[in-house]
Amino acid sequence: MTDAATATTSTEVLTTVDGRPLKEALVAAERAKRIRAVLLVTPLMVFLFFTFLYPIGLMLFRSVENPLIATTMPKTVAALEQWDGKDVPGEDAFAAVAADLIKARKEKTIGKVATRLNFETSGLRSVITGTARKAKRMKAPFKDKLIAAKAQWGELETWATIKRLSPKYVWNNYLAAVDRRVSPEGDVIMADENRQIYVTLFKRTLWMSLIVTVSCLILGYPVAYLLASLPLRYSNLLMILVLLPFWTSLLVRTTSWIVLLQTQGVLNDIMVWIGLIDDAQRIQLIFNAQGTVIAMTQILLPFMVLPLYSVMKTIPPSYMRAAESLGAHRFLAYYRVYLPQTLPGIGAGCLLVFILAIGYYITPALVGGQDGQMISNLIAFHMQKSLNWGLAAALGGILLAGVVVLYWLYNKIVGVDRLKLG
Amino acid sequence: MNTIALPSHADFVLKIWHYMFLIICGFVFLFLIAPILVVIPLSFNAEPYFTFNENMLALKPEAYSTRWYEDFWSKEIWRSSIGNSFLIAIASTILATSLGTLGALGLSRPEMPYKGLVMGLLISPMIVPLIITAAGIFFFYSSISNWIPLTGTYLGVIVAHTVLGLPFVVITVTATLSGFDHSLTRAGAMLGADPTTVFFKIIMPLILPGVISGALFAFVTSFDEVVVVLFVASVEQQTIPRQMWAGIRESISPTILAVATILICISIMLLATVELLRRRSERLRGLAPG
Repeated sequence: MTDAATATTSTEVLTTVDGRPLKEALVAAERAKRIRAVLLVTPLMVFLFFTFLYPIGLMLFRSVENPLIATTMPKTVAALEQWDGKDVPGEDAFAAVAADLIKARKEKTIGKVATRLNFETSGLRSVITGTARKAKRMKAPFKDKLIAAKAQWGELETWATIKRLSPKYVWNNYLAAVDRRVSPEGDVIMADENRQIYVTLFKRTLWMSLIVTVSCLILGYPVAYLLASLPLRYSNLLMILVLLPFWTSLLVRTTSWIVLLQTQGVLNDIMVWIGLIDDAQRIQLIFNAQGTVIAMTQILLPFMVLPLYSVMKTIPPSYMRAAESLGAHRFLAYYRVYLPQTLPGIGAGCLLVFILAIGYYITPALVGGQDGQMISNLIAFHMQKSLNWGLAAALGGILLAGVVVLYWLYNKIVGVDRLKLG
Repeated sequence: MNTIALPSHADFVLKIWHYMFLIICGFVFLFLIAPILVVIPLSFNAEPYFTFNENMLALKPEAYSTRWYEDFWSKEIWRSSIGNSFLIAIASTILATSLGTLGALGLSRPEMPYKGLVMGLLISPMIVPLIITAAGIFFFYSSISNWIPLTGTYLGVIVAHTVLGLPFVVITVTATLSGFDHSLTRAGAMLGADPTTVFFKIIMPLILPGVISGALFAFVTSFDEVVVVLFVASVEQQTIPRQMWAGIRESISPTILAVATILICISIMLLATVELLRRRSERLRGLAPG
């Protein structure tokens, strides 16, 4: 009897009070919980998509999008479709150019066309605007008249440039961003010597960020160690000295560095006053690469100290005591026991500082002078001054790719959820 | 447990090294804090120079004046900048805090799928170079200007600043929630409270310190932001950082030092608030002694 009762209950499906199978009810309950969690995050994700992810995608799209030539010079684009690029094209292409330019001038889009072509091959601005002005009075055949008006129409390069920019999507901006261009023959070659600035600038950006990161590590490590070893009531006080710069406006700190380091500034005054340098030989400490590095090191130092501190805080001091009591000299104990345990903190701090440093804009712009400019400053220049948005977007795309790789690495090694603020 | 103190068996080299270490630390602290503090006395300089003169060092009262503060206050452009800065910062803080807190609540639930990926995306506005974010938002705003004009409007700047403030709210609130005991909400529900009551009576008081610090971070991010303002704002939305930026680029006037001093005071107050909150929250969760 008892045996039979156990047998029936074991084959029977367990149910909830209202008769649903327990397993099903559990799955349903978990799904409901998951949906609730996702629903809580949804508004945030939607907001972030529209105001951050989509705009960045739009910027990347700008770097390859190229509708201008195709829409403003449709006849020329059509005429050049079959052109092999070996010789100056025939009369039909010249006639198409004349017609397109007259129309573009009437619609006032000629300036844009001229600027766009000029970004690609310098000198074309005056060719386009000049031709557009004269084309109205020309009669067919156009070939000789156009070449007479602007000799560049007789050159392969001019036609190759137009043909290159004909497609709706082009990679030219990325080529330009790494100092390359397409030769009239269609090969990728180095840009003219005086236009090779971007690779140098990328290298300089990486180099300066590296110096800033290393300086932050050298300065931050002892301080983090001191903070982690002092009793809490002292370290909390000293921690304020680290956190206050963190909370102070970037512009305030940059202003302070100008005040401190300029030739008539506080530091130079002190050096003159104690007789270290002569009044006539004040040192130019700011408005150059050195000034940028000094200011950026101070600005980013808290980002190094905080991760180092939180790692050092978890290292039991007994390890060092054990090493010493086993006969290691203090220096050896530091090197063999303490330092390896702080490696996660070093990695986290260095990656964070480096990531933040390569995208810096404000500080280099204000204290960088000529040789302290970084890649962000050039992006801003092309966005606001030269209005070469395609190139700005391509430079931004390359910078973004670098940052994303580093961020991925940071996430892999440290984990974004371990990011702490003070 | 003071591990900094020298052991009794310290040899001569170790002693030298120890004091050198302390001196180095002192210099680093000086390096961190001096640039900020040097601005404060100089903003009271009676003369339009950026350095200490003999009269100032001798603490003569006539060497000091508040003329740069008066200059600051008398200029319409600075006063309207202050108003704009506060308006934009407060509005974007409210937006970022509400969106970010909700998101953090979802993220810290154990059932949340793709947690790492979502978290990584939510933090990314803090990591992506500002110039790229600003350029992207600029393109985005101009592409939709026919439907919703956002370029050169307060709403445009507020929305952009909300994006930048969000990661801070998410980080601080998830950090507070990491020690959160989820059985408390179940206990509340079991005792008959509906989810809204549970949220306001149980969850909110516990995570409030994290929410407030997140809000303060978001506030300071917006209050200090200049790149996005340069790209999407018009003269009408002139903020303090934007005005300072223009001032430093043209010719740095002592009025800027007065503004800087005011901003430093605001930072000190914000920092003090966050520190008090953090300690309170750690004490409540039993993470730190006393």
